[in-house]
Amino acid sequence: MSSPAERDTAGHAPAALPPDSEALVSIRDLSKYYVRGDQIIPVLVDIDLDVNAGDFVALMGPSGSGKSTLLNLIAGIDKPSSGHIHVAGVDIARLSDADLALWRAANVGFIFQFYNLMPVLTAFGNVELPLQLTSLSRSERRERVDTALALVGLTDRATHLPNELSGGQQQRVAIARALITDPTLIVADEPTGDLDRTTAGEILGMLERLNDELGKTIIMVTHDPKAAEKAHRLIHLEKGVLVD
Amino acid sequence: MAVPINYIARNLLTRRLTTALTAGGMALVVYVFATVLMLAAGLEQTLVATGQDDNVVVIRRSSQTEVQSGIPRLQAGIVESLPQVAVGENGQPLVSKEPVVLINLPKRATGKPANVVIRGVTAVGLTLRPQVKLVEGRMFQPGTAEVVAGRSIADGFQGAGLGETLRFASRDWTVVGVFDAGHTGFDSEIWGDAEQMLQAFRRTGFSSMLFRLNDPDQFDDVKAAIESDPRLTLEVKREKRFYAEQSEALSKFISYLGTAISIIFSIGAVIGAAITMYASVASRTGEIGTLRALGFSRGAILAAFLGEALLLGLLGGIVGLIGASAMQALSISTTNFQTFAEIAFSFTLTPRIVVVSLIFAVAMGFVGGFLPAARAARMKIVDALRAA
Amino acid sequence: MFVPLLVFRNAFRHKLRTTLTIVGIIVAITAFGMLRTIVDAWYAGANASSSARLVTRSSVSLVFSLPLNYAQKIRQVPGITSVGWANWFGGVYITERNFFAQFAISPSYLEMYPEFVLSDAERKAFAADRVGAIAGRKLADKFGWKVGDQIPIRGTIYPGTWTFTLRGIYEGAEEGTDTSTFFFHFDYLNESIKRQFPRRGDQAGVFIEQLRDPDEAAAVSQAIDTTFRNSLAETLTETEKAFQLGFVAMSEAILLAIQAVSYVVIVIIMAVMANTMAMTARERYGEYATFKALGFSNGFVAMLIFAESLGIAILGGVLGIAFTFPMAEAFASTVGSILSGFQVSEETVAMQFAAAVVIGVVAAAVPAWNAARVRIVDGLRAIG
Repeated sequence: MSSPAERDTAGHAPAALPPDSEALVSIRDLSKYYVRGDQIIPVLVDIDLDVNAGDFVALMGPSGSGKSTLLNLIAGIDKPSSGHIHVAGVDIARLSDADLALWRAANVGFIFQFYNLMPVLTAFGNVELPLQLTSLSRSERRERVDTALALVGLTDRATHLPNELSGGQQQRVAIARALITDPTLIVADEPTGDLDRTTAGEILGMLERLNDELGKTIIMVTHDPKAAEKAHRLIHLEKGVLVD
Repeated sequence: MAVPINYIARNLLTRRLTTALTAGGMALVVYVFATVLMLAAGLEQTLVATGQDDNVVVIRRSSQTEVQSGIPRLQAGIVESLPQVAVGENGQPLVSKEPVVLINLPKRATGKPANVVIRGVTAVGLTLRPQVKLVEGRMFQPGTAEVVAGRSIADGFQGAGLGETLRFASRDWTVVGVFDAGHTGFDSEIWGDAEQMLQAFRRTGFSSMLFRLNDPDQFDDVKAAIESDPRLTLEVKREKRFYAEQSEALSKFISYLGTAISIIFSIGAVIGAAITMYASVASRTGEIGTLRALGFSRGAILAAFLGEALLLGLLGGIVGLIGASAMQALSISTTNFQTFAEIAFSFTLTPRIVVVSLIFAVAMGFVGGFLPAARAARMKIVDALRAA
Repeated sequence: MFVPLLVFRNAFRHKLRTTLTIVGIIVAITAFGMLRTIVDAWYAGANASSSARLVTRSSVSLVFSLPLNYAQKIRQVPGITSVGWANWFGGVYITERNFFAQFAISPSYLEMYPEFVLSDAERKAFAADRVGAIAGRKLADKFGWKVGDQIPIRGTIYPGTWTFTLRGIYEGAEEGTDTSTFFFHFDYLNESIKRQFPRRGDQAGVFIEQLRDPDEAAAVSQAIDTTFRNSLAETLTETEKAFQLGFVAMSEAILLAIQAVSYVVIVIIMAVMANTMAMTARERYGEYATFKALGFSNGFVAMLIFAESLGIAILGGVLGIAFTFPMAEAFASTVGSILSGFQVSEETVAMQFAAAVVIGVVAAAVPAWNAARVRIVDGLRAIG
């Protein structure tokens, strides 16, 4: 459901506004609402937010607070109704759908609550998937995938299908996939939501290492207080508005 | 405790596209099936209805059709004088001696020629066929080159309409009337004066004889009398039987071909139903587990999914029948390869066809839905709930 | 490229569903091919006939015969190198179900049909035996006849039981040549008839003429018919091909119906396949959304669906085509004597393949469009 305002900002592409800060992610006056009949339902209202390179941020809030929507907007899989989102200097709210797809491929690594692996591809194939959009040769791709799998400790499971892997193992494959293109941002939506205590701990530990050792910027939506502990910064949302 | 019927029905409504496509496939099969049956029924009706119970047809032995047959005048005279032959009010035997020939006429629609039956009749011949009624114009005058045409011929062939002229046997013949023979074989004939036809086609003998029995039960007697007479080389049949036999080959051909085609098509539709039902079962694994946990038996689950499949079939059957019944507006004209002559008939929807078609449709649903329903019924409760 | 792998594995994810769909397509494509072949066979007789031969018959109706003495006059028409005549016998061999064509022919008739191949010995034996007969290979095989057998046929047009001695079995020079006919001597028929029914003697059913030059067909036909205009029995002369096509035209309604029905089966299976693809695509919205999140385009997702649909359809199509050939063989062996020329043509195979492609494309159209358009966030919601 796109609103007139949404179409206005996303469709016309007026002169892009330069970012006014050094932050990796710079959000100004971001709003998102849905129109149902003649009702306007706000999801996010005038959000201003900066995320620096190397940050590990947790977005938290009750159900319906808009945290997932904010994450989706930053990740470029949804378009705002109004406002600006600058990621590494690019106002992604201005990009066309086709450009946004290309942007995502190069700049975002996704980790979903339910792993979202392709059931018919092996662990290797799943991790390799984002590289199919590049012009790398087969051996080049193989090299990177091997590295990524080694990083998450799943080298010996490379030929297994998702249904042959445990939840934790599947999430690790997802993490490897998220890293493979060396993206600007890693975006995680409830990464431990489907895992037991122990496994959740393993995954969170891995995310922590990605942030500490590889300097990856991670933005995570979570309910889990244990997950929140791992983050450096907590951002709270309530009814579409940032609260402190 | 049985699963409520609105649960079953509502599932079909929820996945509208799938229901439409699956039922649509079955509807097409039923349409073809019913149409073929209607065609065969129409053909049967046309030829069986042709004829009276107490009329008898005489042709030359082994001729099979009137056109191939030839009866010398001498033999005709012998038959006429038999005691079983009814006598009319004027004391003359109710016998019609008729020359029957085939001519080639171009069809109105395509211009392509087809064979049409020309029958030379007398006043007696008209009396013997009370089902034939003149609907336009008038009867031909005996002794003239006037003819009357059956409805299908007048409509379907060039030059055969009221007031038009036909040319055959080196003469011009004017169509002065159109008759309706009540959807029987005579609708596909042209009638003229018997003597004129004999002359025009240079015949000395007749093709066939039609007479009325004094008493319908006397058929066997007169048959024996004629067929055992050494002077006669003739064969005797009841009028109805005679015409029914002439359509047997065509009717059988249509029935066999049509049924074979329908069965093959039904495989496609049944597969469609199976695919749909398997998907339906798979997507409702959680519901099945829940229903079982609540106390519904395996049998109830089986019945529920089978019911859904049968309902799909019924839906397809009804839509298919509606389409088929619209075919009743059409009529077909083709050559009967047994008689070599043109025969017109239409699609007739009988109650029997409606019932058979619906049974066929429901059967398709049953065959397609049985295995999926069995799978649903056999699920273990715990597996079903876990998979949800 | 990884796409073929992805498509192939996705297609067989639901083995049962895909197998059922393929079976359905095989049945539909085979039925389509068979029906087309039946229609082709109906026309085959006409197509196999010659344009260098003419057929002369009574202009009133084929059912009427012509005087035998017409032969001399016809022979004198310029452009004709030879004249023969034949009568349709229309007899019954044991039961009506064993229908096959029987003709009483003049000696010149056989000479005009070089496509009927007989050994010299058989030809001589046939010519020498007054009650001799020859039968086509297909016919002889059907009844297990051997040269020398006595063949009794019950006449219907010409009453009585007629017994012939089989003197030869002819083969067809080409694939399409009919070898299901029975020929015997006109003179034998004529002499017997003249004894019983003198007035029915010396009558020919049709005359066959050999043209010197096929291009002269129209002119020569005209010339023959003009010769007999205003006589006792006017004639109608046309090429053999036109004559045969006339027969086919009589059953036109049925043939059109069969052709229409052959397309209906394709539509039925298209509905089934469209249903399959719609269900399959809907179940995978989460995956399509994931692809798009990762940066793949809408077109890519649509392409996956088209590729899967086409893959399944073409696989079923090829198998269906392969299956049509043995089916046609089986069919031909049962109805061979009534309907000859039962062969699956190249055109039919091409049409079958095209049908499979159309099925694949149409079935995928709406699901692909919908999947391409699904918004990433909506699709992701479908997971879990």
